[in-house]
Amino acid sequence: MSEIGLPDYLTVGAVLFTLGIFGIFLNRKNVIVILMSVELILLAVNINLVAFSAFLGDLTGQIFALLVLTVAAAEAAIGLAIIVVYHRNRGSIAVDDISMMKG
Amino acid sequence: MYSAIVLLPLVSALLVGVFGRILGNRASGLLASALLLAAAALSWVAFYNVAIEGQTARIAVLDWMRSGDLEAAWSLRIDTLTAVMLVVVNTVSALVHVYSIGYMEDDDGQPRFFAYLSLFTFAMLMLVTADNFLQMFFGWEGVGLASYLLIGFWYHKHSANAAAIKAFVVNRVGDFGFALGIFATFAVFGSVDFDTVFAAIPDQAGKTMEFLGYQADAMTVICLLLFMGAMGKSAQFLLHTWLPDAMEGPTPVSALIHAATMVTAGVFLVARLSPMFEYAPLAQTVVIAVGAITAFFAATVGLAQNDIKRVIAYSTCSQLGYMFVALGVGAYSAGIFHLFTHAFFKALLFLGAGSVIHALHHEQDLRAMGGLRRIMPVTFAMMLIGTLALTGFPYTAGYFSKDMVIEAAYASHNEAARTAFWLLVIAAFLTSLYSWRLMFMAFFGSPRADRHTLEHAHESPWVMLAPLLLLALGALGAGYLFHEYFIGKGYAEFWRGSLFTLPDNKILDEAHHVPGWVVASPTVAMAAGFLVAWLAYVARPGIPAWTVRTFGPIHAFLANKWYFDELYDWLFVRPARWLARTFWKVGDGLIIDGLGPNGVAARVIDVTNRVVKLQTGYVYHYAFVMLIGIALLMSYFLYLFLRAGG
Repeated sequence: MSEIGLPDYLTVGAVLFTLGIFGIFLNRKNVIVILMSVELILLAVNINLVAFSAFLGDLTGQIFALLVLTVAAAEAAIGLAIIVVYHRNRGSIAVDDISMMKG
Repeated sequence: MYSAIVLLPLVSALLVGVFGRILGNRASGLLASALLLAAAALSWVAFYNVAIEGQTARIAVLDWMRSGDLEAAWSLRIDTLTAVMLVVVNTVSALVHVYSIGYMEDDDGQPRFFAYLSLFTFAMLMLVTADNFLQMFFGWEGVGLASYLLIGFWYHKHSANAAAIKAFVVNRVGDFGFALGIFATFAVFGSVDFDTVFAAIPDQAGKTMEFLGYQADAMTVICLLLFMGAMGKSAQFLLHTWLPDAMEGPTPVSALIHAATMVTAGVFLVARLSPMFEYAPLAQTVVIAVGAITAFFAATVGLAQNDIKRVIAYSTCSQLGYMFVALGVGAYSAGIFHLFTHAFFKALLFLGAGSVIHALHHEQDLRAMGGLRRIMPVTFAMMLIGTLALTGFPYTAGYFSKDMVIEAAYASHNEAARTAFWLLVIAAFLTSLYSWRLMFMAFFGSPRADRHTLEHAHESPWVMLAPLLLLALGALGAGYLFHEYFIGKGYAEFWRGSLFTLPDNKILDEAHHVPGWVVASPTVAMAAGFLVAWLAYVARPGIPAWTVRTFGPIHAFLANKWYFDELYDWLFVRPARWLARTFWKVGDGLIIDGLGPNGVAARVIDVTNRVVKLQTGYVYHYAFVMLIGIALLMSYFLYLFLRAGG
């Protein structure tokens, strides 16, 4: 059993990223799922940042990951708030119902 | 003084036209009439000075235009011919102005009416005082414009608008010829000045010019083209259709424009250009033919009309034909003399008819008149004088001039003249017949108007009757007073070269020595016409109805004016409409709009409609597009990075 190295971290990151992407596209039900998928994508990015930071011995990556976490928390809060208000106004947060921008 | 004669009407037109609303109805009429009366008085002084005393004049007013070889100055050519026209135009115009004060009393547009009348008078004076072709053309178009405005004066009436447009369009046909004639004159003579052109005519006679690809005699071409203009303005056969319709205008307008002055512009034109026509025998023949046919044709149509003004309008048309025959045979003075006397008695007849119409609350149908002799005796007397003068009762104005025309037609050596003579004699009979028919139907018999109209029928006020009396004096005395000057012994001193005749043109002498039966023929025709009319409309009132029953088709043919309107409608109006419609629907609508603005707009909408479909509104679609975009961008930069050898 070899040591867990950079490629393994990157693989996990890529898998998470792909999950997040497909979560956005294949999801036809709930906006919250999209929000969760976005979190997954951000998580994948963070893993990449930290992995490269450790690999290259450069702390900038880890500081950046902390920044991303903060922003993601704020984004999640705002996103959820929007969804709550949206549900109050329209009575639904099903993704297929949200198409007011249709041309 | 001559400038004042020409410009007073213009001053009147401007004052009344611009300040009419401030002046009000009555003051506008009085102001215009006063200015015109002054112009008329000056005209008679001018007539005395020029025609009797022999002081011809040439007054330069201003330089008009110079362009290359074309030079046209505005100057007044005052010779006997002009003086005669000045008297005719200004006298009739002034009297019509005065008459209109009464006739248009209840109309709201009086300032506009008087402004147009004065404007017309100014344009007509420009025409008759013209010293070159261009100036004449200015006056020519000016009277056309005024005629259009006055025919359509009651613009809320659809028929009046249609008649105005018809008059304008038909006149355009003639004016087209006139303009071409002026161009041809300039091309041949290199000048549009009357004196220059007339002096050069003997040199140019017999030369040819290219016209429509043919080598044609230059003088003939020019004269025929110019005569085309005269035909349009003077409502001669083929271009006559506008004149009867022009009766939609107020009656004073008909008296001034469509009887006494404007329609005689064509006669004046030919007389003024007598030096040209003398050298174009073929053109003279055409003038005779057109004149004789018009005289006969219009008289036949006049028989079957029931509108009092239309009868007189066709009579005008017919009398203009007489004038042209006189011009065509070379008896220019006889033509102008008939113009002169005709102006008096035809204006008298029209104004008399206006008086009748005024009294009967705009009833114009002869069938609804009758018995008016007792209700309006003065008008009746005036109409009687007018009718006598028109039919050529001995010693009235028409007797001298019309008989002279007929004798000249007999004496002429032109091949068309003999036929013309017989047509004119028949037309004289018809003239008498329809004139007396009008008189008997309107003034004799029992009243046929409804009771309400009859109770309100009244003799016209003096402001309308006074012009009638003055015109009646002219209709009675103008012939007797002036025939020695115009066509008799005083010919040479009176005209003093303003009418040109070739040395071998002795038509006036010959006309004075025709056989006795020729001299008597118009009078006999007149008497016969009177007798037939009296028989048919007084003695045996059943005859007209019997005639209509027996000769139904002929009556319909005459009542429908030889079907000229229908023919022209089929020949010109419908094709023109079709063509215009095609241009509108296909040329403009389909091609220009289709390919131009509408086409571009439609393509833009097509494109945007497709683009709009991209906007589904689903969040994941947008996210997908973003992702694809990022992926592509990334790939591209990666590619650049790798190629750079990183």
